[in-house]
Amino acid sequence: MEPAPDPQSELGYYPGAIAAQREYVLQARGVGIAVHEWGDASADPLFLVHGGFDFARTFDVFAPIIADAGWRVIAWDQRGHGDSEHVELYSWDADMRDATVVMDSVTDRPAPVIGHSKGGSMVIQLADAQPFRFSHVVNIDGIPYRRPVPDVSDHERTRMMASDVSNWLDLRRQVAFASRKPGTFEELARRRGRMNPRLSEQWLQHLVRVGAREDADGWRWKIDPAMRFGGFGPWRPEWTVARLPGLPMPFLGLLGTEEEPMGWGTLPEQIAPFVPEGSRCVVVDGVGHFVHIERPDLVAGMVLEFLGGSS
Amino acid sequence: MLQHGKVSLALHRLREGDGRALLLLHGLGDQSPVKPPLWCDAWNGPIAALDFTGHGGSTIPRGGGYSAEMLLADSDIALAELGTATVVGRGLGAYVALLLAGTRAQAVRGAVLVDGPGLTGGGTQPTSSSFVVLEERDTPPDPYALFEMARDLRPPDYATIFARMAVEHSGLDEPITVAAVVRPPWLAAVADEMGIGQGSTREALAAYQLLS
Repeated sequence: MEPAPDPQSELGYYPGAIAAQREYVLQARGVGIAVHEWGDASADPLFLVHGGFDFARTFDVFAPIIADAGWRVIAWDQRGHGDSEHVELYSWDADMRDATVVMDSVTDRPAPVIGHSKGGSMVIQLADAQPFRFSHVVNIDGIPYRRPVPDVSDHERTRMMASDVSNWLDLRRQVAFASRKPGTFEELARRRGRMNPRLSEQWLQHLVRVGAREDADGWRWKIDPAMRFGGFGPWRPEWTVARLPGLPMPFLGLLGTEEEPMGWGTLPEQIAPFVPEGSRCVVVDGVGHFVHIERPDLVAGMVLEFLGGSS
Repeated sequence: MLQHGKVSLALHRLREGDGRALLLLHGLGDQSPVKPPLWCDAWNGPIAALDFTGHGGSTIPRGGGYSAEMLLADSDIALAELGTATVVGRGLGAYVALLLAGTRAQAVRGAVLVDGPGLTGGGTQPTSSSFVVLEERDTPPDPYALFEMARDLRPPDYATIFARMAVEHSGLDEPITVAAVVRPPWLAAVADEMGIGQGSTREALAAYQLLS
């Protein structure tokens, strides 16, 4: 008899990472949204919302810990991310609407929602617009705050903006023909490491395993090549933080102390005046933007305590 | 048809001709006219009109996701096809014409901003406005376009950035003319900028016609 394969020898193995027990595609008005669930299907629901250029399975370690405490944990890939469908248009409002479709498909009662990064900002806005959906809000390094304005003249600022927008339009002219750059398994992990410099090689390889696909010419991230970092628009970071004081449900904010390329670098003293009364914002020392990935047990413990233990 | 990502855009050639093209951008929920409007009778060159994503003969996307910036990219695809153009935008198309005149200041030889549907947008500050799932329609315009672009936020200090880009980088004395009678905050701010003209569409086109 052949010995069973050692899971630790599998490409992209990461200790503690567990695939969702249930995975399915939900039709959100013609857009296929991939949903991932951990834990007992009859338990009380708890939603996880991932950040920009991430995907639901970045919760592969964090979600099972919460599920083990007795929650039905539901995460989904935002349109164009992970295993969700690539569509014609992407926007903040479309992501918000897709979120309501997923939440409606699971429950009509208030539930705890945890958002990381962009997902955290989405949760703040949705909790302001539709508070009936939320019993608790947890925000993991997803509270943007105004960055210092570079000390340049108005003329120079206009020139910089013109250049940024012009470059973005140049990309849009070519986007019909865009594809993600292929590479080896290890190359994709290294590329990701440039944006996630604090995360281990082993974790980055796990992300490749679950967030990329192998084509004939190499591995590619699944995310729609039409999506790019950057972009522009009228949105201002202070629009998110201004919604915080009015949130009527319990709120827990978590911030790391170490700056990273994908983080906002928001300081606790900047948002302290906006934290709702009776809620709190906790600083986790020595971690970066991906607080729940660097310290999954610690963050899960804080969240479960905030929620009052298991469901 | 032109291709913008996964969207096919209908660019209608309303009239052939030599020289610089006139590009028409319609208002929210509208579509390109089938023949040149009377106010551009005096235009010597070709006349083209673009259907924005979700409008007229262009693709209706699945599940919405509209933004003024993506419609700007629609209009830039049309501009790439035409080379250089003078642009007339109505309503929502006026706002997009402003963005295009700012970001493609060398290729847009004058933009005229005219009254029309969707001129105001969704105000200047965010609100607790909600998110709803709409019934799909097989025929244009896309309900999500109507819903999302009617609440598109247009802070005046964002709009004026594009006016300044046009003034600084076009080399024209008045690269943008505000012909609209109604002036929501973004347009009032643009009209107050140095180097922004005001007058009728016919007058503006007559002046832009003379540009090299």
